[in-house]
Amino acid sequence: MTIPNDLKYTKSHEWVRAEADGTVTIGITQHAQDLLGDMVYVESPEVGRKVAANEECAVVESVKAASDVYAPIAGEVVAVNEAVANKPEMINQDAYGAWMFRLKPDNAADVNALLDATAYKAVVDSEAH
Amino acid sequence: MLKQTALNAAHRAMGAKMVDFSGWDMPLHYGSQIEEHHFVRRDAGMFDVSHMLAIDVEGALAREFLRHLLANNVDRLQIPGKAMYSCLLNEQGGVLDDLIVYYLREDWFRIVVNAATCDKDLAWMQARRDEFASSLTLTPRRDRAIIAVQGPHAREKVWQAVPEMRGVTELLKPFQAADCAPYFVGRTGYTGEDGFEIILPANQAEKFWQALSSVGVKPIGLGARDTLRLEAGMNLYGQDMDETVTPLESGLAWTVDLIAERDFIGKAELKEQVVTRDLFGLVLIDKGVLRSHQQVRTTYGDGEITSGSFAPTLDKSIALARLPKTIPLGELVQVEVRDKLLSAKVVKYPFVRNGKSLI
Repeated sequence: MTIPNDLKYTKSHEWVRAEADGTVTIGITQHAQDLLGDMVYVESPEVGRKVAANEECAVVESVKAASDVYAPIAGEVVAVNEAVANKPEMINQDAYGAWMFRLKPDNAADVNALLDATAYKAVVDSEAH
Repeated sequence: MLKQTALNAAHRAMGAKMVDFSGWDMPLHYGSQIEEHHFVRRDAGMFDVSHMLAIDVEGALAREFLRHLLANNVDRLQIPGKAMYSCLLNEQGGVLDDLIVYYLREDWFRIVVNAATCDKDLAWMQARRDEFASSLTLTPRRDRAIIAVQGPHAREKVWQAVPEMRGVTELLKPFQAADCAPYFVGRTGYTGEDGFEIILPANQAEKFWQALSSVGVKPIGLGARDTLRLEAGMNLYGQDMDETVTPLESGLAWTVDLIAERDFIGKAELKEQVVTRDLFGLVLIDKGVLRSHQQVRTTYGDGEITSGSFAPTLDKSIALARLPKTIPLGELVQVEVRDKLLSAKVVKYPFVRNGKSLI
């Protein structure tokens, strides 16, 4: 199971990348897409929406099930990935490339409190038991 | 401890993602559920459905017993090998299970029931047998595996894998079976495609499975089995019907004969029932995915989705829904999906048959 070291993670299986311009990019992890199976629908948040940390702000649906995607930190949605919304299987093909939305954080330091790769791996391992 | 079929190791060796299905450790998919779905529609796939249970009904009173036990009319089975779909009802007309019954000889019928309900079914059948004809034997055949091979090339691939099967099974019509020892071969299925369902000794299952694989038949998991049957408009027990509803409100009135004199368990209740709802097909017009238990708003009254998914053949979402019986085909309805109302159209099902869209 791939868990890149340069990303941050949440217990609810989002990955988070801090960008040079101060925004953060969010997608769902390889582990999450593996659990859900073939993706067929993505509901993106509206650009401009203000979200609180842990607020439901997008939905991914596989053939099997629907799953909420949560905002890892508080902020404003500044971009959504239309390509993934139009072609949800991109998430299966490349979970860490198929980003879903970008946030401008209310507080940039919030990213530091998220899980690192080692801590996220522990979350994944604990679910396997 | 999950129960395992004779093919458990074969599934794992083929890369299956295994899941708990009614207490059985079963393959959900072997990589991609959608690719498996398409492969069955275009070529030939094999399904391990050994978690389902074959029950042999043997004895001089077998037909008489099934006439009483089953909602469909077993007297329609007059040619040996002929098969029929039926509901098993309780006294209230509620659906205990749905099943296939095969007529082999006057003193031998074979019934195949669902995995989740098989213990309940067997107990029910044994109790009715004890009241009715204690000389009849009911034998659960856990010594048997069941493998479905489905798709436009399924029969040809089976004959390639086991050439000696061709002679006996080539002339089988749909819903006919033949004993071709050690194989029991029925031209039935749960996908809307041509093919066979094959009952065989569990200890020969892996050899047969590998023989099919070697001629290019691909393994298909329960995930694709569900989307295939939904496109084919076939009910799933426990989702589209259960003990709280009758066949008349489950799109299964065609399987119940209320006109013939024959009496059967549940008949009196069905004759009295005022049927106000039935199953209909839905096709989602907006973007999203229909799922079971979503509420449906219509100008004829409200309803509920019983099975919903993404339909790979149609590249859109479809559902079976229990709706007011008076709703016309073509009607636009609203489905509650999370905090939104999505538009869907009421259609006749099946949605797909023999690889072709019907909507």
